[in-house]
Amino acid sequence: MWTNIHVTELVVFAVLFLAVSGLGFVAARWRRPATMEHLDEWGLGGRNFGSWITWFLIGGDLYTAYTFVAVPALIFGAGAMGFFAVPYTVIIYPMVFLVLVRLWSVSHKHGLVTPADFVRARFGSPTLALLVAITGIVATMPYIALQLVGIEAVLKTIGLTGDSTIARHLPIIIAFAILAAYTYQSGLRAPALIAFVKDALIYIVILAAIFILPSKLGGWDSIFGAAQAKFDATKANPNDGLLLNANNQLQYITLAFGSALALFLYPHSITGVLASKNRGVLKRNMSALPAYSLLLGLLALLGYAAIAAKVTPLPGTKTPDTNTVVPLLFQGQFPAWFAGVAFAAIGIGALVPAAIMSIAAANLFTRNIYREYLNKQATPAQEARVSKITSLVVKAGALLCIILLDPQFSIDLQLIGGVVILQTLPSVAIGLFTRWFHKGALIAGWVAGMGFGMWMLYNVSSATRPHFASSAFPLEKLGFDTKMTIYAGLVAVVTNVVVAALGTLILRAAKVADGPDRTAEPDYLVDENEPRGSLTPTEAAVA
Amino acid sequence: MGEPAQPAPRSNGDRSPWNWLLIVPIVVPLIPVLYNVIEPKLFGFPLFYWLQLAFIALGVATTTLVYQMTKRRSAPAAPSAAKGGES
Repeated sequence: MWTNIHVTELVVFAVLFLAVSGLGFVAARWRRPATMEHLDEWGLGGRNFGSWITWFLIGGDLYTAYTFVAVPALIFGAGAMGFFAVPYTVIIYPMVFLVLVRLWSVSHKHGLVTPADFVRARFGSPTLALLVAITGIVATMPYIALQLVGIEAVLKTIGLTGDSTIARHLPIIIAFAILAAYTYQSGLRAPALIAFVKDALIYIVILAAIFILPSKLGGWDSIFGAAQAKFDATKANPNDGLLLNANNQLQYITLAFGSALALFLYPHSITGVLASKNRGVLKRNMSALPAYSLLLGLLALLGYAAIAAKVTPLPGTKTPDTNTVVPLLFQGQFPAWFAGVAFAAIGIGALVPAAIMSIAAANLFTRNIYREYLNKQATPAQEARVSKITSLVVKAGALLCIILLDPQFSIDLQLIGGVVILQTLPSVAIGLFTRWFHKGALIAGWVAGMGFGMWMLYNVSSATRPHFASSAFPLEKLGFDTKMTIYAGLVAVVTNVVVAALGTLILRAAKVADGPDRTAEPDYLVDENEPRGSLTPTEAAVA
Repeated sequence: MGEPAQPAPRSNGDRSPWNWLLIVPIVVPLIPVLYNVIEPKLFGFPLFYWLQLAFIALGVATTTLVYQMTKRRSAPAAPSAAKGGES
């Protein structure tokens, strides 16, 4: 069934992968709770993770395997534009520094588990909460599928590929079945524990690559020289190169800014945040998490190293699969055992976020659809059980996405996912600071932003693809006389906010009833030693 | 971004003039004229790459400083000192 397998790489990969899976099952006993039958335990790991665990967990959550494969691939193909990941992951932490602690406090106070829970409490609108929940699930599903794309890039490089569907997908089905089993059993504790191993591997691999590769390839000077030569040779694409040009600078900064706005709106990021013990843990992590940004930036430059090493990507379904450039670079430049370690790092790196994402999506379903519409009297044990089962369904869905559909479809969906999740910004992020918006106006803003965003993405074409080619929307399509492009998500969310603001003014003027706010300003400031529970609002301690 | 301002709540809360510093590492990396050049190179890296990597240190330094300076809630703050980062 499989030919040309790199045996040493496969053995090292499989051994590490299985060892980590064992860890995933053991995790249920780690920091063992009195009962697992509660979402705070299964879905949030006991809401008690300290600074170190949170650092590994959120780091493993945000900097996914797909990022580690796709960002260098982008640099390999387009050059400077792909480096947007660095400003993106620099500005994000100061941006959310004051936001996440408020979300943590109000969630701690009211026992909230998902972003939609917060919207439900803040705006008193089950409909708006449902929209936020569905938005979160829809944006997360392709993200999980993309983690599989990351694993597949590695498996393909090892040689586990073939013509039949079974040959191509069997390894990934096995890997995901194992993942599903231990997530079911251990909940958020599994990815938290695995994240330690994953990150240790990733750091070793990348630091080794950064120090050893340049000497093999004649130093960074000649690596950048080779990249320059490649971009000079492709006159057909004016937007590649070692630097940005006049037309893609706006796209560069709006993509960085828009992506940063979106990242902590994703349900899986919020799951990582709510699992931490107190506000101090979060604030300290805002200074510690950029270590991963440095890693990502250095890793991104391996895209240029791959150019210098004359890597040719493996064939994909239609065009060459550039996601294979980093795996191929390791295979070509390092001994087989080390390549195996690198591949394991990427493979395991996919499991951590995939587990957290499936937990987050499952929690959304349980809290904001099941409990809201199907079983209003659900006990904590029932909630935990529904979440566990939903997490299996979510993973099976992601797997089917990859097996039945072109992987390109998942990548497109992920592109859309960023624009989609941004539409929850007014109700979730701005909602943390102000209750000014009317619930009806927020729904209208969501509809407007979503509609306009989809229209823009649909109208982005490239030489090879008529629609959904990228998120870089040409401003000339709006009538501006320019070649500049802008990140569609940012335009969509600005539209959303404007519509929500105008709608609020109109609805207020028309005296349309607004929903009740179950939260109070002091709730946004409480810390771990303050009492939980929203039943007695008078208890709310003033900070 | 059209974020409507809301009257400041009576509680001092998370407010502190130090929070304004957070704007620096948000804005600086979003100004391409600062770094969209090749020379001067550092260790063979064009400025575009090494300076943006250096912005990571700027971000860490700022968030660390703000965290240390605002650790104790009792620090007096101007009542109208708004949130530093918009999100």
